[in-house]
Amino acid sequence: MSVLLKEPQTEQVSQLIVNDFNINVATANGSGSQTSNNMLIRSLYKMGIPVTGKNLFPSNIQGLPTWYNIRLSKDGYLARRERVEVMICMNGATVAEDMESVEPGGIILYDDSLPIANHRKDVKYYPMPVKTLVKAANLPYNLQRYIANMVYVGVAAYLLEIEIDEIKDALSWNFGGKTKPIELNWSMVTAAYDWAKENLVNDQPYRVARMTGFNEGTLLVDGNTAGALGAVFNGFTFAAWYPITPSSSMAESMITYATQVRRDPETKKATYAIVQAEDELAAIGMVMGAGWAGARAMTATSGPGISLMSEFVGYGYFAEIPAVIWDIQRMGPSTGLPTRTSQGDLLSAHTLGHGDGRHPVLLPADPTECFEMAGTAFDLAERLQTPIFVLSDLDIGMNLWITKAFEYPEKPLDRGKVLSAEDLAKFKEMHNGQRWGRYLDVDGDGIPYRTLPGTDNPAAAYFTRGTGHTEYATYSERPHDWENNMLRLARKFETARKLVPGPVIDEVEGARIGIISMGSNHPAIVEARARLRDQQIETSYLRVRALPINDEVRAFVEKYDKVYVVENNRDGQLYEILLVELHQVGNKLISVAKCDGLPLSARWITEQIAK
Amino acid sequence: MTATPTRTAAARAPKLNLIGLEKTAYKGADSTLCNGCGHDSISSRIINAAWEMGLKQTDVVKFSGIGCSSKTPAYFLGMSHGFNSLHGRMPSVATGALVANRKLIGIGVSGDGDTASIGIGQFKHMVRRNVPMVYVVENNGVYGLTKGQFSATADQGQKLKYAGTNPYMPLDICLEALAANATFVARSFAGDAKQLEALLKAAIAHNGLAVLDVISPCVTFNNHDESTKSYAFGREHETPLHDLSFVPSFEQIEIDDYDDETEVQLHDGSWLVLKKLDSHYDPTDKHLAYRTLEDARQQQKLLTGLFYIEPQTPNFIDILQMTDKPLALLSEAETRPSREALARLMAEL
Repeated sequence: MSVLLKEPQTEQVSQLIVNDFNINVATANGSGSQTSNNMLIRSLYKMGIPVTGKNLFPSNIQGLPTWYNIRLSKDGYLARRERVEVMICMNGATVAEDMESVEPGGIILYDDSLPIANHRKDVKYYPMPVKTLVKAANLPYNLQRYIANMVYVGVAAYLLEIEIDEIKDALSWNFGGKTKPIELNWSMVTAAYDWAKENLVNDQPYRVARMTGFNEGTLLVDGNTAGALGAVFNGFTFAAWYPITPSSSMAESMITYATQVRRDPETKKATYAIVQAEDELAAIGMVMGAGWAGARAMTATSGPGISLMSEFVGYGYFAEIPAVIWDIQRMGPSTGLPTRTSQGDLLSAHTLGHGDGRHPVLLPADPTECFEMAGTAFDLAERLQTPIFVLSDLDIGMNLWITKAFEYPEKPLDRGKVLSAEDLAKFKEMHNGQRWGRYLDVDGDGIPYRTLPGTDNPAAAYFTRGTGHTEYATYSERPHDWENNMLRLARKFETARKLVPGPVIDEVEGARIGIISMGSNHPAIVEARARLRDQQIETSYLRVRALPINDEVRAFVEKYDKVYVVENNRDGQLYEILLVELHQVGNKLISVAKCDGLPLSARWITEQIAK
Repeated sequence: MTATPTRTAAARAPKLNLIGLEKTAYKGADSTLCNGCGHDSISSRIINAAWEMGLKQTDVVKFSGIGCSSKTPAYFLGMSHGFNSLHGRMPSVATGALVANRKLIGIGVSGDGDTASIGIGQFKHMVRRNVPMVYVVENNGVYGLTKGQFSATADQGQKLKYAGTNPYMPLDICLEALAANATFVARSFAGDAKQLEALLKAAIAHNGLAVLDVISPCVTFNNHDESTKSYAFGREHETPLHDLSFVPSFEQIEIDDYDDETEVQLHDGSWLVLKKLDSHYDPTDKHLAYRTLEDARQQQKLLTGLFYIEPQTPNFIDILQMTDKPLALLSEAETRPSREALARLMAEL
């Protein structure tokens, strides 16, 4: 139960709208607006307000339009919302359309030097003298355009009643306590705040107010940071990567954190290696070599990198090498929209490589699951001796989410079936006289035993190859050997079905409609279900957390008259996979798929299901 | 009537190496390459070098790409793990494996297609990183396994039965390696057993990436007399820069002050003795190496020997500043930071 701690007071407005509106900030990229926007969202978060920020940025370094959309929701809905009530216009290139986008009754804060053609009657305007205030602040020339963005932070703080101390704390956090930048920015914020107080009549209805009941026990963090921490705390020892938006920040965060907490306490030497490869072909090759030699090895990439990794991933499946591949999905095909989100790589990741084969895929829905699945992925990769995909996306990976604080991983690392020199000596005795064979399934689960190079036993060696092989890893072109091996790999995939994380199910008594979705769509589904309930449509909800699916998914589909499969791609890729897996009940499945580069909205999902 | 020669029991006793093994223990599976293939001679030299150096096979890992050359790691050192990877991508796999376990001794075998065509990018980046391992290119100027197409090292004007005449200039693997800042660059000929073996031993002892471009005739597709990669051409035209001998660290070396000898000490304490032939050659002079290689290339001369060596440059493992214990063997306690560390990092978010 969330509680407002203080009712905002005002005489000028009959009805206030508190903690329940959208702020959209329009700037040019490379102008330092990310800092200002982070100050806004962090202050709101620290005031206990459920808040979410979606950064719509161009694939560019400087000068192109960028928007930061902050949603405040006292009820705790964190999906992207399409409407805008508070517009902050700092970019002349888009100011006309930005002003048009505001809801009737909304407000517009704008840099008063921007060319404004016509004023709408149904919104309120608040010009901000950005140039004058910056000039008065007497800032170093090279910092002026960055710090200018603090003007809208100060004015917004005044109009919306954001606690000014929280902004100061946010600045201090952002600049790691460094006095000079904190002071420069803070003086701009306060100058703007004081100017607004002197010169503006706050006769608009949007207010923020401190509240409790939602943000306790949470973090405000992006999924790439979370996934990086998850890897660092789950025994990763090797990572190779090649820069690609939106995944680069995952590898960079790993470097940051590993440097701090993954050094031998005495020698200060690294208990890991992170290598920036020359391309994604080399990144996955290094991961294959490292995983084969016994490291917990991973890479992070996005769609184009996944395409390049195809041959090696097929090799990893066939030669049975543990590897973890994070795909922070962006828009494809081709270069696509590198700074927009999608769930378009599901099919390609699941089936990557030529010939037969399927790969387990983990589907985190928020940063907390990124943290957890970073460990799960390594355990599965080493247990199953195969490449494991983790499909995050730009929305989870790069946007700030309010997410459950991470729990310290209690589960011991699962290093899988690795034979030491001593294990190997006892193998026959332990397995009814069977001699060890690298690809011999002695346990009936499709998973053979492996040895690592360097194992001090003359019988440990085997020759790893992408060509046809026998159970004893010798070259073979015999039809029987080929088929025997591939059928075992299929058996191993059935074992994977039991080991991957199962779905999260929320069933409503009496509901006739089911919804299946995955990943970052979760907040929009939660909100859409509430809206549908308002329309007397009850729904049950299953969130797939991994491929291959298990029996719970089948049971769920069997239970409902219609099951909507909601996803952020054009083709309905999850729908297609479910259709194959659940073909007996396939006529119940309805694809609800959309992909325009933005996270799905509750409104759109509600419309699709209610129509 | 001649007397039947008798042999004493001692003479029949198999010869054992430093760690008490016969040479046959260093063999692998039977080769499936064509009879007389240069690659098989190179495998034999690797077997010999490893045996004579007393390498423990379980400390060695073999890597290869795709092609006839890349099949060969199955044919030597049968007690070593091997990784027959993808076409042109052995360097990345070897890099990952050797970082994962820094105690391993890496021997990579590639071909001219695998290294100079599809794999030139990964090759040059591996050289640039100075990943400590032996990188043998079994160079025959032709694609064998796909039956006789030109590779990137085929000579301009080279004629092949089906592919016709090659109009392009070849890539020179040694020059490419040098340009990528290689710390060990050598060329040899599969038919020159003594030199090749000395170079292989030095390459194993080298503390960085050792590039060994070995002209290895393809008896099926490119062994006609006009080919610069044929046995006949090699035997007739091979011009060694120097006479090489390798003195392992476990043997005493007597360094004499002869004018015609240069010694290079390798990282593990072993020595490579270079005996002057026609003229003095200093393998630590990079400019000289460039000039010598370029002259040989222009004159289509099969010049062999150690062109360049820099034994002191830090290798990739040194640069990464890892724990002495191999990453692959680190325990959970060594790779999972404390509860307090997580709490602290979360508090900073």
